[in-house]
Amino acid sequence: MDLTRLTAADLAARLASGEVSSVEATQAHLDRIAAVDADIHAFLHVSAHALDVAADIDRRRSAGEDLGPVAGVPLAIKDVLVTTDMPSTSGSRILEGFMSPYDATVVARSRAAGLVPLGKTNMDEFAMGSSTEHSAYGPTRNPWDLDRIPGGSGGGSAAAVAAFEAPLALGSDTGGSIRQPAHVTGTVGMKPTYGGVSRYGAIALASSLDQVGPVTRTVLDAGLLHDVIGGHDPHDSTSLSDSWPSFAAAAREGASGAVLKGLKVGVISELPDSGFQTGVSESFRAALATMEAQGAEIVEISAPHFEYGVAAYYLILPAEASSNLAKFDSVRFGLRLDVPGGTVEDVMARTRDAGFGDEVKRRIILGTYALSAGYYDAYYGSAQKVRTLIQRDFDEAFGQVDVIATPSAPTTAFKLGEKIDDPLQMYLNDVTTIPANLAGVPGISIPSGLAAEDGLPVGIQFLAPAREDARLYRVGAALEALLVDSWGGPLLDRAPLLGGAR
Amino acid sequence: MSEITPDLVRHLGVLARIQLSDEEVERLTGQLDVIVDNIAKVSEVATADVAATSHPIPLQNVFRADVPGEMLTIEQVLQNAPDAADGRFRVTAILGEEQ
Repeated sequence: MDLTRLTAADLAARLASGEVSSVEATQAHLDRIAAVDADIHAFLHVSAHALDVAADIDRRRSAGEDLGPVAGVPLAIKDVLVTTDMPSTSGSRILEGFMSPYDATVVARSRAAGLVPLGKTNMDEFAMGSSTEHSAYGPTRNPWDLDRIPGGSGGGSAAAVAAFEAPLALGSDTGGSIRQPAHVTGTVGMKPTYGGVSRYGAIALASSLDQVGPVTRTVLDAGLLHDVIGGHDPHDSTSLSDSWPSFAAAAREGASGAVLKGLKVGVISELPDSGFQTGVSESFRAALATMEAQGAEIVEISAPHFEYGVAAYYLILPAEASSNLAKFDSVRFGLRLDVPGGTVEDVMARTRDAGFGDEVKRRIILGTYALSAGYYDAYYGSAQKVRTLIQRDFDEAFGQVDVIATPSAPTTAFKLGEKIDDPLQMYLNDVTTIPANLAGVPGISIPSGLAAEDGLPVGIQFLAPAREDARLYRVGAALEALLVDSWGGPLLDRAPLLGGAR
Repeated sequence: MSEITPDLVRHLGVLARIQLSDEEVERLTGQLDVIVDNIAKVSEVATADVAATSHPIPLQNVFRADVPGEMLTIEQVLQNAPDAADGRFRVTAILGEEQ
């Protein structure tokens, strides 16, 4: 039995029954990383003591300790999340070798649940990008086609689970960085309601948009991880104090399919099929038909302000990022260039030019422009108003439907290098995912199939009202069960084998 | 067309404490011009009667209990500092000669 092919839920059950040890499971994943990660480059750092952590879990289990439902399961962690035992760089040179004095809350909760950190995953620098090509440490490659992007910014986490290097991974989603990589790698990615998961220790990109969430191969596995990381955190003043239901239980309940009967699924008229690659819209329509056959009702809805979402996002994000990234000042942590005779400001300005990559500098300059006197009202102020209008579009839509469905991204995985010199085209890639971040609502991407013309994965995105994350797990699990059944097995079974001759 | 000029980009670099090279200023000027032209459309619908939203799910009066928390030690705070002395961050001159 190949332990790396198991879902986290299945592996957790075998760990609990004693059939498999955490050391065996962890070793299997470390072996897999050793075999394939030279090709994939999902990891920036592999933990030197994962086996010790696993052995400790095994020892505690055999001592009769009551461990949580996922104890002993390996976990990959996006490098945007700070960890005390591994470097945290957020994909940037300016933080090369940075060792955090504390763990991000989601990391601390993962450790407390007995998850075994395998390593830190690659990402676009400071989570700015849709392809992982903006990582200062080189791109990650898509396990479906090594010449293509794994999405971004969390391409490393998505590629790690798609390549069976980890059953679970943590991601962060500011404009689609969990959901778009899921779409292009045939995996599952969930962006929770804003405030549903702590941002403490997530190196901030845009604080009003950032949200941490699970990256997995199945909807149930995402629910299991969400149950571990979610809930109120006093260290994050935007953390919601709601009590949340079990998302794993919601996924299990949803898998029966009963939720689809009478479910109203909204399809946005302003996102016509013509805006998507043919195979993407075909897969989307086929998934809707599958839901309709089980009693779901497809309802056309209007969201007239979504077309302004990308524009508003690329004002709000750079504005917030330019403030958040001011902390990289060459004084307290991170890179410092030696500038003989230079003042602290000279050192700072040289260091920031050398330590930040092109995309980061582009967005800092853009954000500084959007916030500067004389432009603030026209740009940043207007973008915040668009945010209100998009929230109203959602409110109106959710008055008519239970969930909204869209293709998760306009195209399948594009080629490495294809859009790197055209920032605007790269930004437009986020058109379907951005509205959820602007409005704070949850969104999930699950595989809907392969595009006919290129054989690459396609995802379908579901959106629900704020705080209704459990609804996404029920609906996602219901569609997943039907699709996996129709395919005769998980979509990833059809991905090419890695690590051998190619 | 927007008003992005090389001089403006150089000035923004000063504000953001990034010493851009001439080549970077030139490249950024062209790229930002295209980007700003495309994002300026937000003003089409942002009319005076629409309130601004700064946070998606606003919370008010988020306080913690007024008790000492677990804080980092000075050693932990300084552990990543490029330079430190006597329990403080050490930097080069604050003021230049002409100041």
